[in-house]
This record gives sequence, structure tokens and C-alpha cells, in this order.
Amino acid sequence: MISPTTPSETAVRCQGLVKRYADVTAVDGLDLEVKSGECFGLLGPNGAGKTTTIEILEGLTQPDAGVVEVLGTTWEKDEDQLRERLGISLQETQLNEKLTVGETIRLFRSFYKEGRDPEVVLAKLALEEKRNARVGKLSGGQKQRLAVACALVGDPDLLFLDEPTTGLDPQSRLQLWEQVTDFRAGGGTVLLTTHYMDEAERLCDRVAIVDRGKVIALGTPAALINSLHAANVIEFASEPDIPEDALRALPGVAEPHRRGPNWALPVNSLTESVPALLALIERSGARLSHLSTHQATLEDLFVSLTGRALREES
Amino acid sequence: MSKKYSPLFELTVSRAKEFLREPEALFWVFAFPALLTVALGLAFREKAPDKIPIGVVAGQTAQTSDGAIKALATSPVLLPRRYGREEGLKALATGKISLLVDPGPPVAFHFDETRPDSRIARLEADDALQRAAGRKDVLAVRSEKITEVGSRYVDFLVPGLLGMNLMGTGIWSIAFSVTIARSKRVLKRLVATPMRRSHFLLAQILGRLGFLIPELIILVGLGWLAFGVPVRGSLLLLVGTCLLGAMAFCGLGLLVGSRVSTIEGASGLANFIMLPMWVLSGVFFSSERFPDAVQPFINALPLTALNQALRAVMLEGATLPQITPQLAIVAAWGLAAFVVALKIFRWR
Repeated sequence: MISPTTPSETAVRCQGLVKRYADVTAVDGLDLEVKSGECFGLLGPNGAGKTTTIEILEGLTQPDAGVVEVLGTTWEKDEDQLRERLGISLQETQLNEKLTVGETIRLFRSFYKEGRDPEVVLAKLALEEKRNARVGKLSGGQKQRLAVACALVGDPDLLFLDEPTTGLDPQSRLQLWEQVTDFRAGGGTVLLTTHYMDEAERLCDRVAIVDRGKVIALGTPAALINSLHAANVIEFASEPDIPEDALRALPGVAEPHRRGPNWALPVNSLTESVPALLALIERSGARLSHLSTHQATLEDLFVSLTGRALREES
Repeated sequence: MSKKYSPLFELTVSRAKEFLREPEALFWVFAFPALLTVALGLAFREKAPDKIPIGVVAGQTAQTSDGAIKALATSPVLLPRRYGREEGLKALATGKISLLVDPGPPVAFHFDETRPDSRIARLEADDALQRAAGRKDVLAVRSEKITEVGSRYVDFLVPGLLGMNLMGTGIWSIAFSVTIARSKRVLKRLVATPMRRSHFLLAQILGRLGFLIPELIILVGLGWLAFGVPVRGSLLLLVGTCLLGAMAFCGLGLLVGSRVSTIEGASGLANFIMLPMWVLSGVFFSSERFPDAVQPFINALPLTALNQALRAVMLEGATLPQITPQLAIVAAWGLAAFVVALKIFRWR
């Protein structure tokens, strides 16, 4: 383990980050600060600018404006040293399909002056039995685990994970989550992007919600959810529909909003609001076609912040 | 933890393994040139020169034409046949025969002066008829025929194929491998590590050079075993020349693959660079057949220079000082291509 050259409370800092492409401004004045030792999540829908942001922080993309500081230094000053201390897993990382798992991890290990034993890293990610399998023959989950193994084999101080579990089976997700927890237990800092709320709630100390290239909310998952002023969400649908005004008038209902064909009602107390809602439906002579409740999540927060669902479900 | 890893070594081994796991590439590098050598060597093997077909029309009497045919048939190169006048002129015009003889008297030759075969047939026919009529040669001559190893087509061909193969393998394999790595974002992942970029590019070249010796053994060995194609110069110089050629074309391969991000783009660019050299650089026929005005251009092409050097070493037993100018041209191309490729290479 290399000790940081300049002891720093801040692992990553960026200010006023802007990145424009021909037809779109992907990042539009974004500020972030990731503390050493924390797991920080960038959360947002596809196209929010998460990947562009993380690739700027990784020194792979040049920003059009803004200041970036990583591990107390900058890419211009110390690229070589920074690369030694970073572990990176790109979105849908592609590795050479003709090589085997063992050859790939060995190759990545060779790039770092100091690092971990490739065999130990493979074992940690439950890939040791796949050692002699070609990368091209791996399942999506195995490939993603190998990508994370390649990020860890250089024994980094700071780990960047861009959508590490998108499209993975539940078992692979759990294995990756364990690795992140494990890495942090060793004092590492993690910056990850995700569009899974449960992932952010489970892994992250702090979360920045990103939309259209800007941070629209920042805090611990619990604090963000609390800012909804609602611990639970009722979802229902009825025939005929109930007008919004009538819903707003219900006791304990904050901001009724549409979610697909349903109404979503953030509420503090289910025992107070559910009977009131049922009574309202009865009075209106409507027939209930759907009713469910869940604890408020970051997803609910995102919807209430932007009026849009995190993932446009079809 | 004390285990040492060499990134250049690991990259080179990875590149070599990647190549070995590509059955198509193995075919093009090893099997294809071998098959081509055998096919062309068989097609152009020496045999007795073909006789030239000529026609004889009916003369004043049946006897004159019979006599003419008999006299003409004594020539070792003529194949006379009887024709009607109309039919004979048509056969001459369409190139079925090279000469039409009217035994007269007087004897008349119909032929096309622009056709070398026609001119030979006319001289031979004249000679045969004059002798049959009783001419005596006043000067005694003796013909000595040669078919020397080293002057046959297959001898010309094998060094040319070797050069072509060094070019093809270098350019295709490297341009494709870096283009695929870029299009699949493998390059982007690699530059996110502390890997040195020059190591990656160097490994592409070193990985390819590992296959040079087997390639050489197959082609030169096959030419020697199947057709007796000689290696008159030093074997070491031949290997060295091939090594330099292979490295130069690897440099060009890197240049071809330095910016494109699709296989189609790489393949178009590779063809654009290689096609002129396939035609101009003396692979299948001597480049001296092209007009003098373009010779300086042709001689400056890397494949021309490499082929000249290979032929000089294999067929003429040339030594290093004799092929230094050609080697300098090859080296200059390789170096320039590598430097430019390194400068303009797109990593993502």
C-alpha cells in the first residue's frame, strides 16, 4: 500500500466542470467533493452526464472548463503517479476476448509497480475456476467481475466504478457489492455511478443526484430520503381516475405524482393515509384496480425532484 | 509480492497468443503463401517450348504444298497445317496461326509484323524452305541450350512471395489488431492503467516478429524442397533482411491502424497502401517492365526495395554492402511510419 504523498481529507474534488459535445452539453457546471475513505455515488438516469463526469475525473476525457483535483494533485501534474494509485472499471469494459481470464489479470498486474497477487484477486472475485477460460466465453456477470478484478489488481487507493452492476444477475451483484465493502474496509475510497437506487442506498455514504449535467441533490441516502418528508409511498390506480386536488386534500399526503398508470402518494404514516384514501375512492364510486405501498427510496426522491422516473420503463 | 512483472514481455506474449488464437490469420500467414508458391511453381514449371502453329495454303500444284509442309515440318519450332485461302487468312487474323505460307511459286508469307511469334515463324519457315530447296549453310554454328537454376520463374517468384508475405502479415495483422482494440475500447481501458504507450506499440511489433522464423522456414524451405530454389547468399543476411522488412511493414501497419475505428476503414486503408505495391513492386513479374519515367518512384517503394534485396541475396548471393541501399530504403519507411504512427495514434 502506497501512502498518499500529500495526506488529504479530499480524494476527489471538481468545480465548475463543463463538457460540451457537438449537439449536447453533457456536463453543465458540476461540483463534487469526495472525502477520503468514503463511498460516493453519482446517481441519475441514462444521459445525465454521469459517465462523462467520471471519465473526466479518471483523466480520460478533457473537460471544456472546470478544475479537477484527484488525490491532492492534478492530471496535468502527476498523470503517471495517479495512474499507479487508481483502479478503474469503465462502463461495459471490454477486454481482449482472445486472452484467458488468468492472462488478462496477469497483464493488468504487470502495468503496476506495486500490486496484488493476481491469483488472490481472482479468488476474491470467484473467478479462479475460470482462470483458463477465454474472456470472450464469459457471461456478463463474469466479465464484469473480471473488469473489477483488473481495477483491483494494482492495489489502488481510489476506485472508480462506472455502472458496475448494470445488467447483472443478483448473485453477481451481491459479489460485487461485497468487493466494494471489502475494499473500503481496507481504507480505500470509491466513486461509483449507478442508476440503481438500491445499490446507492446499500453501498454509498453519500450520494449526488445528477440530472442534465448538474448535481440536483446531495447528501447521505437517509437524509435525501428524509427530505421527501415522507417515509412511505402509496401507489394506486382506480377506475375512474381520482383528480389530483382530491388527493392533495388527503391527510398526510405531500406531493401526489404520476408514476406510469398509477398515482404515487408520498406519505408519512400509512395507517393515517391508507384508510383516508380508501374512503375517498369509496365516496367517489370508483373501483380500485391497484394498491401497493413501499418505503420511500431514492427513486421516489428522484421522481419528486425531476418529475421523471429514473429509468424510463416501457 | 516480490514477483517481477515486465509489462513489455506480458504485452508481447498477449499479442502473440491473440494472433495464434486467430485461425484465419494463421491461414493467411502460413498456408496461403505456401499454396501460392506450389500452385504458381507448378503452373510455370519448365517444359519444351510450344511449337508455333502455321498454315499452308494450296499452291499452284498439290505437290508444291505437300512439299512445303514436309519441309516446314523439319523445323523444330513450326507446326504446319493445311488451310484453304479464306480460312487461313481468317485463322491468321484471329491469332490461331502465326504465319500463313503460300508455297507459290513464288513463295509468299502472310504475317503480322508486330507479333514476335509471327516474326519467328517467318524466319524459321524461310530457313526451312530455303534448305529444302538446297541452300547450304556457309557458316557452321552450334546451339547451346541452358535452363539454369536461379533463372527460372519459380526462382523469381519465391523471394517476391516472401516479400509480399512480410508486407501482408505486418500490415494486416497489426492494423486489424489495434483497430479492433480501439473499436472495442480495449485501448481506452489500457490507457487508464499506468501502461506505457510505447510498450503497447512495441509489443505489437515484437509479437509479430515471433512468427517470422516459422514463416521463413515454410516459404524458403518449400521453395528449396519442391523446386530447388537456391539461397546463394548468407542465410544470416537473408534472415536479417526479412527481420528489417517485417519491422518496417509492422510500422506501416501501425500507421494504417493509428486512427481508424472500424475494421472496414482499416481494411480499405490497408488495401489502398498495399495494392500499388502488389502490382508495381515486382512480386509476380519484374518491375522493370514499367516505363523508365516511373522507375524512381517504384524503386522508392518499400516492397520494391525489399524484393530487390531478397532476390539479390537468394539468387545472386549478394553481400551486405551490395544491398545496403535497398535496406536503407526499407528502414527509412519503417522508421518514418513508426514515428508518425506514435504521434497520431488515437487511444480511444
